[in-house]
Amino acid sequence: MTMFIDLLSSPLQYEFMQRGMIASVLVGIVCAIVGTYVVLRGMAFFGDALAHTILPGIALGYLVSGGARDTLFWWALGTSIAAALGIGAISKNSQIKEDTAIGIIFAGMFALGIALISTVRSYAVDLSHFLFGDVLSVSTRSLWLILIFGGIVLLIVFAFYKEFTTLSFDPVLATTLRLPVGLLNNLLLTLIAVTVAVSLQTVGVALMVAMLVTPAATAYLLTHRLSHMMILAAGLASLAGVVGLYLSFYLSIASGAAIVLTATLFFLIAFGWKQITQK
Amino acid sequence: MIFCSGWQLPSTTEYALPTEINMYPNTHHQTNQPVLDVSHVTVRYNGHVALEDISFNLHEGERIAIVGPNGAGKSTLIKVVAGVLQPQSGEVNIFGSRPHEHVCIGYIPQRSQVDWSFPVSVADVVMMGRSAKLGPLNWPHKKDWEVVHHALETVEISNLAARQISQLSGGQQQRMFIARALAQEAELMLMDEPLTGLDTPSQEGLLNLLDRLKTEKVTVMVATHDLDQAASHFDRIMLLNHRLIAFGNPDEVLHTDNLLNAYGGRVKPVDGQTILSMDDCCGEDEYDHVH
Repeated sequence: MTMFIDLLSSPLQYEFMQRGMIASVLVGIVCAIVGTYVVLRGMAFFGDALAHTILPGIALGYLVSGGARDTLFWWALGTSIAAALGIGAISKNSQIKEDTAIGIIFAGMFALGIALISTVRSYAVDLSHFLFGDVLSVSTRSLWLILIFGGIVLLIVFAFYKEFTTLSFDPVLATTLRLPVGLLNNLLLTLIAVTVAVSLQTVGVALMVAMLVTPAATAYLLTHRLSHMMILAAGLASLAGVVGLYLSFYLSIASGAAIVLTATLFFLIAFGWKQITQK
Repeated sequence: MIFCSGWQLPSTTEYALPTEINMYPNTHHQTNQPVLDVSHVTVRYNGHVALEDISFNLHEGERIAIVGPNGAGKSTLIKVVAGVLQPQSGEVNIFGSRPHEHVCIGYIPQRSQVDWSFPVSVADVVMMGRSAKLGPLNWPHKKDWEVVHHALETVEISNLAARQISQLSGGQQQRMFIARALAQEAELMLMDEPLTGLDTPSQEGLLNLLDRLKTEKVTVMVATHDLDQAASHFDRIMLLNHRLIAFGNPDEVLHTDNLLNAYGGRVKPVDGQTILSMDDCCGEDEYDHVH
């Protein structure tokens, strides 16, 4: 028993592990709750695209600041919101199919981001930080930003829970009830964008969609109520964050990948359990 | 004057009803005006004319069946009246104002357009009808839950309140949506093919329920394929095929000339009396349009 406690407590003597734990739990909760709407509305591809689309913004911020990471959050936030609303507008008015339009924009922007970062000599290392995250290098300042912006996102979801739910289940009802449908849609896109910016350092651009989708989808398999789905998804995501970081510590694997793999394992267990119990 | 309105309260004031209405503050915009006044409505999709120059009136408590072949524009007409689709020309007035200023229109979608695996209970869905009444930032009060339970009792599925919606039968699904419209305090209920895909007892149950709604002064407009049921359960029938071919009492409307006009070769007069519709149902009715 003491050995087990040692196993759990010894990584926590490092401050970077403590900060990493707090960051991945916070990010997990925010991603899971916003991700519930992403899953129910079938927006996984949008979420993935959005995460990739912000790379040129981060790259630009990185070049402008001469390699400093402090201001990157703001660059990520700005690009993310602009990209979310931009993709939202284009997919609404485009003559091409929505997923094709999103595909073109996201790959193009992602390439631009890589091109920009490749102008820096140490680009391979820096690029991998943006792509896959580096939660163990989260500073106290970043932690505060995650807490504040994540908190704002959760407050808005709580405040407009009824409207977002009605809109997601039955957009025609929302229209006949004269809810401000366009405004609510854009607000939801903005919330996803802020979530992406908040999660950047934890899981990175390439793995972001997993945090948005996997815990929410796992919870979707296990409950039949939206509020329960949100709470369960948040719990699963937090647990995946903690377990993933321990795995990362003891097995020396990349932190973002470890968190995502843990969340994926949870999903597979839930999926398998569901298959067995339904028969 | 009581207007049922949601978030856009200020905009309704420009459409104030005639002054005499103010003497009857509890009568929910009852006037001499029809509940619904559609005049010269035309809708086109990508060059196709879906509806052409449609004009008609509905009065309080009436039950109207819209019949016509697949793709005749029945769903389109319902969406125009609901205010979710803007006509290229023409006007829709509900209690004297435009559809998009009203929250008293209950739109009941085709069952195929609903995500039945959505994680909500029957009571949750019915409560959604009150989203606008509650207003932003408010959570349901005890009174709202009472309204929801009363609505569920009216449609006789209060025992299913806690069920996840995927566990409902076809008839129960329709009842849930009617309860939602009641919780919304809808005065005009629009139903798109509510009978399609239901077994006969469920259809009868639903039609009886619509009869009972008449006492609640709810005006009901239903798109259907079934001419017999249209004739036996509705006050007036609208025969539609892009244009309004006939509108009136069932025996006025359902005669051979009109039906041949609406259904073309797909109707056969039998013995000069009975009409056989060869165009039975279902599925991809209308042009696909997304909002």
